[in-house]
Amino acid sequence: MAGLLLSSTEKVFIVHGVQEDFRSDGRSNIDYRPMELETDVVSHASGSARLRLANTDILVGIKTEIDTPKPDKPDMGKIEFLVDGSANATPEFEGRGGENLASSISNTMQRAYHSSQAFDLKQLCIVEGKQCWKLYVDILILECGGNWFDAVSLATKAALFNTRIPLVKALLMDGGNVDLQLSDDPYDFKFLDVGSAPLLVTLCKIGEKCVVDPSAEEESCSVISLIVGITGNSKSYCADKGASNITDVDIKCSTISMNGPGSLAPKTLKNAIHQGM
Amino acid sequence: MVSHVSIKLASERVNHSVASNNDPPRFYTPGEVITGIQDFMRGHGTYAEDDCLKASVAGVMQKVNKLICIRPLKSRYVGEIGDVVVGRVLEVQQKRWKVDTNSRLDSILQLSSVNLPGGELRRRSEEDEQMMRKHLQEGDLISAEVQNVFSDGSLSLHTRSLKYGKLSQGTLIKVFPSLIKRRKNHFHNLPCAVSVIIGNNGYIWISPHKSDILMEGNKDAIENYEIQPVGKSERETMARVKNCILALVASKMMLDDTSIMFAFEESLKYDNVKELLDPEAMLDVAFLTQHRINIIAEE
Repeated sequence: MAGLLLSSTEKVFIVHGVQEDFRSDGRSNIDYRPMELETDVVSHASGSARLRLANTDILVGIKTEIDTPKPDKPDMGKIEFLVDGSANATPEFEGRGGENLASSISNTMQRAYHSSQAFDLKQLCIVEGKQCWKLYVDILILECGGNWFDAVSLATKAALFNTRIPLVKALLMDGGNVDLQLSDDPYDFKFLDVGSAPLLVTLCKIGEKCVVDPSAEEESCSVISLIVGITGNSKSYCADKGASNITDVDIKCSTISMNGPGSLAPKTLKNAIHQGM
Repeated sequence: MVSHVSIKLASERVNHSVASNNDPPRFYTPGEVITGIQDFMRGHGTYAEDDCLKASVAGVMQKVNKLICIRPLKSRYVGEIGDVVVGRVLEVQQKRWKVDTNSRLDSILQLSSVNLPGGELRRRSEEDEQMMRKHLQEGDLISAEVQNVFSDGSLSLHTRSLKYGKLSQGTLIKVFPSLIKRRKNHFHNLPCAVSVIIGNNGYIWISPHKSDILMEGNKDAIENYEIQPVGKSERETMARVKNCILALVASKMMLDDTSIMFAFEESLKYDNVKELLDPEAMLDVAFLTQHRINIIAEE
């Protein structure tokens, strides 16, 4: 993260700590900080969640809307991500400052949820080829304490879990048009199946090793971080290719070094992540 | 399988308040009426409106004779001469450094108020000015003393003592300045082989215990020492001290060497340092520490 100054000796201390698998707050390289999760916080959203991971504070709200499906995917619903950084979080977000970060988060999320293995969009279908649900996922970053991607994906999953989709009561086919009647009863709804919704895990390469859940200080020490999307398949947790995308914080790194940590780390991390869920 | 991730629900949030034996003081919120205006004097954190004295900040009342002040619970650091502070160099300017000390304005460290390397005492020449970045760089952490407070509230610092100066390896914790207890000494070598500098400005520096010979040693030895890795056991104690301080801060307890040491001793029952990140363990440590402080206060 830019804007955070660290002296060279502090960096040396952090790098050596990662080398020894003992970070400055006592965590090992694969430990997360304790987080706090709250669901159903926004009453006028279909589903919402708030996640607090140390200083990072994320609020996710989900809005449902009826839309026509894409012609090439007639039996699938749609999902769209929108990230907004509050200027209160960091001064960088003021004006248009946070746009880059926001679009990189929403693109990564979009890609992670794109795969059919990751999130079953078929459950959002109402009438094949005609009507489907569209989910707008609004992500608001309230405070920055590092490790956005993980926090955002976790909060999104929680919000999706909390999302109530109203049940369709009646269907009228009138020529080519579909007329829907939704249930008026607010308690008449279905939940989504989010068992396989992907989670993002950021691996920060510090020195020779990789750490998960870096603090802001640790993030400023690393030259590169690798974001891995992991989907939790209810059968086996080994399917881990929701999206494997690489953000290059430092362009100087070669592709080999970026792939290196990613190829070995997900195996060790998967268990850790899914136990928490 | 060991759990690496812990997610708690907000409904199970731990209440961090530690009950102390005396009643908590009355807490004023901004705009709250403190008293009728009659014969009281208006101090910091208050304003007069509609014949009443009202609080302009959230905090507790302090009364000196007729003067009423509201001391804010959370504020930026307001410096006083002689305070020990920990700061970070933000900028190298002509003949001075800009230092962040958590106060409203950036503090200033003049080139003439630092000890030159080698301990020479002389007028600062042009070469010294060009060497400034060698001495302190942007991002470097220093410990210093407040030399002077300017009329606008900004501070001028000095490091003209061997105990002040650039800080080497360690970690910095930022806490509220109001939680720091003013003491004669803010440099502590804790018995657990860890040095702590409790800056009055709420910046706390934890570093491995450093032997004194290095202070006077030649430059090579110091530079060599700066990149030497810190041992695992030292790292563990430092992390423990850090987590203890954070536990005390979460419960809004005053920080000084005794409270930190008590918390450290109480935390030893948790074998793993990372267990102390758990809110319940933090509360437990803070509670036991408060208990020990109460016992001492009674004696």
